[in-house]
Amino acid sequence: MRVGVLSEKACGDLAKKVKEISKEDVLSCYQCGMCSAGCPVAFAMDLPPRQIIRLLQLGLEEDIAKSKTIWLCTSCLTCSVRCPRGLDLAKVMEALRLISLRKNIDYVRPAEISRDALAELPQIVLVSSLRKHTA
Amino acid sequence: MELSYYPGCTLKTRAKNFEDSTIASMAALGINLKEISRWNCCGAVYSLADDDLIHQLAPVRDLIRVKEQEQGKVVVLCSLCFNTLKRANLLMRNDAEKRKTLNTFMDEEIDYNGEVEVVHLLEVLRDDIGWKTISDKLKVPLKNLKLAPYYGCTLLRPREVAIDQVERPTILHQLIQALGAEPIDFPFATKCCGSFQVVGNQAAERSY
Repeated sequence: MRVGVLSEKACGDLAKKVKEISKEDVLSCYQCGMCSAGCPVAFAMDLPPRQIIRLLQLGLEEDIAKSKTIWLCTSCLTCSVRCPRGLDLAKVMEALRLISLRKNIDYVRPAEISRDALAELPQIVLVSSLRKHTA
Repeated sequence: MELSYYPGCTLKTRAKNFEDSTIASMAALGINLKEISRWNCCGAVYSLADDDLIHQLAPVRDLIRVKEQEQGKVVVLCSLCFNTLKRANLLMRNDAEKRKTLNTFMDEEIDYNGEVEVVHLLEVLRDDIGWKTISDKLKVPLKNLKLAPYYGCTLLRPREVAIDQVERPTILHQLIQALGAEPIDFPFATKCCGSFQVVGNQAAERSY
């Protein structure tokens, strides 16, 4: 008997919401791990990108919420250009961040950025940080 | 020859030296870089969400400024601005539905359909000027200097905005050679620099 684990039914609400925001279908992923292998930040992540996609497929939302991975993603698009299934992981990560940011939960608090950092960093880095990590 | 150019925030402040040296070098190569008037923030990072059009307004407005000033092409020096402007341009060119929504929303502006071409400075050096001209006009060759070319993400990804081959770019290698220096093999040439993560994730910053 053929068992279809990756059906729309098995997929959780979070994956559907991600699809609404990103137009990306995480069910297309077959878990090859190309994304995690090339990710320049994977070493610092508690869960590599491939596992985030797997948790989405299985609807294990709490595990994703506990992980810092989506906040470490820099949107460098290395995974997006290499994925053999054409899944744009950067868009999936962005959707997951937005689901949190749209509840007004900021990841970076501007008031806590040190004076030294403000004096030293290029302006565009600060603007990018606020765009990516605040509501 | 005159080319219109978009500076962005950082070239006017912390990277003023980059702007000054580029304008002077381009003048020596016979190109007058003319800053577009009334430009605004490029948006810094391209919005990756399909349902988020508000963040496309800033880059599209900049492209409208270029179109208004009857320039077919805009040169960008900052690689983040380049990526954001070029992707917003492709959105306006290729997505009829979003184009209509954005044009309707900005009813005070002229309609924009992606007519302008967004190019990076390196592309102008390669395609409009050429490595040979650069070599010929060289006053002080960078002899005996070994340089590591660093590309990062935004000049190469995604594929549709890449100024060179995504996985094995050579454009900077070629410029270094044209200047008389020696480009070395640098394994981190296309790796991410960390970008905005230096603000919010100090722990990760150390290893970028």
